[in-house]
Amino acid sequence: MADTPIPLEVRDITKRFGDTEVLKGLSLKAHKGDVITLIGASGSGKSTFLRCMNLLEQPDEGDLIVHGEEIRFKKTRHGREPADWKQVVRMRAKLSMVFQNFNLWAHMTLLENIIEAPVHVLGKPKKEAVEHARALLERVGLTERADAYPAQMSGGQQQRGAIARALAMDPEVMLFDEPTSALDPELVGDVLKVMRDLAEEGRTMILVTHEMAFARDVSSQVIYLHQGVIEEYGPPEAVFGSPRSERLKQFLAPKH
Amino acid sequence: MIDLHGYGPRLAEGALITIELAVLSLVLAIVLGLATASAKMSRNWLAHRIGTLYTTIIRGVPDLVLMMLLFFGGQIGINMVTDQLYERFGWDVFINVNEFVAGVVTIGLIFGAYMGETFRGAFLAVDSGQIEAGRAYGMNHWLVFRRIRFPQMMRHAIPGLSNNWMVLLKTTALVSVIGLTDMVRVAAEASKATREPFTFMIIVAAVYLLIATASEWGFARLQKRYDVGYREAD
Repeated sequence: MADTPIPLEVRDITKRFGDTEVLKGLSLKAHKGDVITLIGASGSGKSTFLRCMNLLEQPDEGDLIVHGEEIRFKKTRHGREPADWKQVVRMRAKLSMVFQNFNLWAHMTLLENIIEAPVHVLGKPKKEAVEHARALLERVGLTERADAYPAQMSGGQQQRGAIARALAMDPEVMLFDEPTSALDPELVGDVLKVMRDLAEEGRTMILVTHEMAFARDVSSQVIYLHQGVIEEYGPPEAVFGSPRSERLKQFLAPKH
Repeated sequence: MIDLHGYGPRLAEGALITIELAVLSLVLAIVLGLATASAKMSRNWLAHRIGTLYTTIIRGVPDLVLMMLLFFGGQIGINMVTDQLYERFGWDVFINVNEFVAGVVTIGLIFGAYMGETFRGAFLAVDSGQIEAGRAYGMNHWLVFRRIRFPQMMRHAIPGLSNNWMVLLKTTALVSVIGLTDMVRVAAEASKATREPFTFMIIVAAVYLLIATASEWGFARLQKRYDVGYREAD
């Protein structure tokens, strides 16, 4: 293929928890530099959809193509599972996730957190990983906190640290799962600023968020989910400016 | 000065046996404990059943009974197997159950069951988000275990581990019944011969206490090591 493969494509993902179908055939294509925002009420399936993209949740049906490589699945007694876990591990290393609760490893310093996967998963030399990590810490404004443990840092610092950890993998796509929802309001701004910079430098990002103003500013595409279905999607001007669906209008209406 | 009637060197040898026995049993118990915890947390039905059966049997039968069962019964079992080998294939094998090995195996088996419960609780106490982050960053099962699950689990396991070790240490005194000359057996013999039980038993008590105190200090250091990063969190 002459073209570089697109970073991430998902096709017709469905997911059931017991008898409840929470995702009903969702598709998405993230081209290089896309910032795709998933919005929707809680329970709409947006976080589950995101977690299916790196297989933290196993979709019951549908395809996943990461950088041109299609993930193979097999049927088991417990449902569908990846056929080759090595392939999954390889694919996950290309997709970095930033979690709502940061999930920095508590027994490691911030610097150790950042070099952990590059050294042990990608096999990068430690010295090189440390240099890269220091540059990333500077970038997210945490140079001073390299040797701090997560528990010694504020939520905002932890989340910026978690973004540095994600960047250290040189990921094809960054997945953000409600990255500011667990933060005190005064700490949200710093994290959003870092994310805005990433969007502007052309990072491919898929994010789940409740920060509508931010979504409107940085997204190249917005997807509105309702009960596991894509109810509306398009560029932010269209989705926020002139929503067609009644539900989306209601969702976007100021609540008092 | 206490007169040991010449039993000093033998007591020291006995103490060494006690320590060797305890340490080797601990190693076996930890290995079995980790295996049991994994089996009991496994999705695999058979592994789960085996783990449960093991802990139920071991925890429900007195240590002394188990020890005699494994030592005397074990020898009979092995003899039956070797007899069959000779009759059917003409292989002449003779395996003698060594008291020391029998002691290690029995104590290891007993405490493996208790360790299993300690480890299981400790594994369950690890925040699932920590594991998930490992998986999300491309770590395979073994890497997640080695780099995240194990070090974080240890922090929760050490109090139970230390407790099990203390009980294990004292359980080694039971091996004298299967004929192993540990410190307690030497002291018992010396007491009988010299009719000075107090002298010898107080020494034995002091040695146990010394080992226990030293290990308590060791566990405190270990706890400190695995608590790194958490002091502010709790």
